[in-house]
Amino acid sequence: MTATTIDRPAVSGAVAGAATAARDTWALIGRTLRRSLRTPDTLIMGIALPVMIMAMFVYVFGGAIDTGMQYVDYVVPGIVLLCAGYGASTTAVGVATDMTGGLMNRFRSLPMRPAAVLTGHVVESMVRNVVSTVLVVGVALAAGFRPTAGLGGWLAVAGVVALYVLALTWVAVCIGVVASTPEAASGFSFVIMFVPYVSSAFVQPETMPRVLELVARYQPVTPVTDTVRAWLTGAGEAQPWVALAWCAGVFLVARVGAVVLFRRRAG
Amino acid sequence: MAAMIETRGLRKSVGPTRVLDGVDLAVPEGSVLALLGPNGAGKTTMVNVLATLLRPDGGQALVGGVDVVRQPERARTLFSLTGQYAALDELLTGRENLVLMARLAHLPRAAVGPRAAELLDAFDLTDAADRLVRTYSGGMRRRLDLAVSLLTRPRVIFLDEPTTGLDPRSRADLWEVIRGVVREGTTVLLTTQYLEEADALADRIAVLDRGSVVAEGTAAELKRRVGSAHLELELVDGRVERLATDGSVGDARRLLALVEAEDRPVAHWRLATPTLDDVFLTLTGAHVPGAEPGAARASDDPGRRASAPLQEVAR
Repeated sequence: MTATTIDRPAVSGAVAGAATAARDTWALIGRTLRRSLRTPDTLIMGIALPVMIMAMFVYVFGGAIDTGMQYVDYVVPGIVLLCAGYGASTTAVGVATDMTGGLMNRFRSLPMRPAAVLTGHVVESMVRNVVSTVLVVGVALAAGFRPTAGLGGWLAVAGVVALYVLALTWVAVCIGVVASTPEAASGFSFVIMFVPYVSSAFVQPETMPRVLELVARYQPVTPVTDTVRAWLTGAGEAQPWVALAWCAGVFLVARVGAVVLFRRRAG
Repeated sequence: MAAMIETRGLRKSVGPTRVLDGVDLAVPEGSVLALLGPNGAGKTTMVNVLATLLRPDGGQALVGGVDVVRQPERARTLFSLTGQYAALDELLTGRENLVLMARLAHLPRAAVGPRAAELLDAFDLTDAADRLVRTYSGGMRRRLDLAVSLLTRPRVIFLDEPTTGLDPRSRADLWEVIRGVVREGTTVLLTTQYLEEADALADRIAVLDRGSVVAEGTAAELKRRVGSAHLELELVDGRVERLATDGSVGDARRLLALVEAEDRPVAHWRLATPTLDDVFLTLTGAHVPGAEPGAARASDDPGRRASAPLQEVAR
C-alpha cells in the first residue's frame, strides 16, 4: 500500500516529496485551466471592460485631455495595466469559492499539500491574463495606438506586466482566502479597478489637487505605468527599479501572507 | 478482532460548548458502525476529528492503529471521507473529477483511467461520465462523491450523513452501493439522523447525544433496552392502547381474549416490537427540560405519539 513510501530514507524521501508536490500542482493547474475555459465570462469581462474604458477615454474624454502627446499613446499602457489588474483580482472569487465549498475538505483529507490549490489558481490567472492582455493590445493597435518599441522593449514590458499580474494575483489570493463568501471576494475587483484612476494612467498627476497628486505620484501603479509607457512609446521617464521594487515587494508579502492565512483558515 | 477505528476519551470544545465530551468508540475491522444522533449531537465533529480536519482538545483517535493527531499524513493514506456536502468540482465532468482526485491521491499513473472507468460503471454513472457535475442530480452527486472516496480502495470510510436530502429511491440506491463497499471488507463509520438507515446498514449503533455516547449496541440490543413487544389496540374513537406481551402465541391469545371479554371497541390491533425510533426518543429525549421523554415530541408529531406510553413500560 501507499504506506510503504513513508518508510523510505529521508533524502530520497525529500526528493520524492518535491516530485509529488510538483505532480499535485500540475494536476491542480489542469483543473483551474479547465474551469477557466468553462467559465468564459471571466475572460470576456476581463477583455470587454478595458476595451470599453479605452473607447471612452480615447474617443470621449481624450480630446479634452492634454498630455503633450497623442492621447491614445498616453492612455494605452494604463489600460493594459487596468486590464491585467482586473484580471488578476478575479482570482479572489475563485479562491473564495474553493475555500467555502465542500471541496476543500476533500483536498485536506488527501495525502497532498492543500496549499497547492492556490498555486493552481495563480497559474490560471497568469495564463488568462496573457490572453486578455494580448487581445486588449490588439484592440489598442486597431484604435490607433502606435508604439515605437522594438522586440527587446516589448519583452521588457511583458516581464513588468507579468510581475505586476503575479503580485496582484497573490494579493487576490489573500483576499480570497480570508473572504467569508465568494460575493465578498468579488468586491476586491472594484477596488483594484479604481486604483489606476489616481495614478499617471489616465492623466498626469501634476494636474490633480496637491493631496491626490502625492497619492498618485507615490502609489505603485504610477511607476509601473510610466515604465511601460516609456518603454513602449519613448514618452516620459521609465522608473523600472521603482516599479520592480513595488511589484517584487507586494509579491513577496502577499505570497507569504497567503500561505500563512491559508494555514490559519484551512490547516 | 482488532479495532480499525478507535477513540478514547475524545474531547473537543468550540467556545464554551463541549461538542465532544469524552467519546469512546471501537469499530472492528470490516464492520459498520452508525453514529446516530440529532442535529448538533457532535456527529460531524467526530468525523472531522477522525478525518484529520479538526484537532481534538484531548483524548486519542486511531485509524488503523495510526494516531490521527500525531501522524495525520500517514492516517490519510488509510481512510477516505465523504462529507455532508458533495466535495466535487461542479465545472468538471464526473470522469474528470475522478481522474483529478485519483492523481491527487497518488494512484499510479497507468491505473488512473481504468480505475475511474471501473467506478463510473459500478456506480451507474457511465452515461453521465462526460457531463459537467453541475448538471447532476443530488443522487448522482452523492454516488460520484462516494466513488471518489473509493478510488484508493481505502480500508476505512467515513460517511457523514450520506443520504441526507435524497429522495427515497436515490437513498435506496445509495444503500445498495454502501452495502457493496462493506462486502469488500471496508470498515465504515457512518453518521445519520435516520434510524432506519442505521438499522439497514450498521452492525452496531452508537447513539450520540450532546457529545457523549449514551448507548451502544446492535439494533436488536438497543431495542431490547427500551422494552419488549406489545399489542397495540386502536380503538374506534382513535385512541391507542398498548398491552405488554412476551410475543408468544399463547400470550397474544390470552390478551386478545381479555380484550374480547371486556368488549372493548377495537378497530384494529397489531403486534408491535420496539423501533429504533423508540430507542432514540428514550435515550436522547430525556434531555428535553421539564418534559416527559416522549411527550415533548409526541405533541408536535402525531406519528410519534405511539411511542410515549411504551417508554413508561420500559421504565
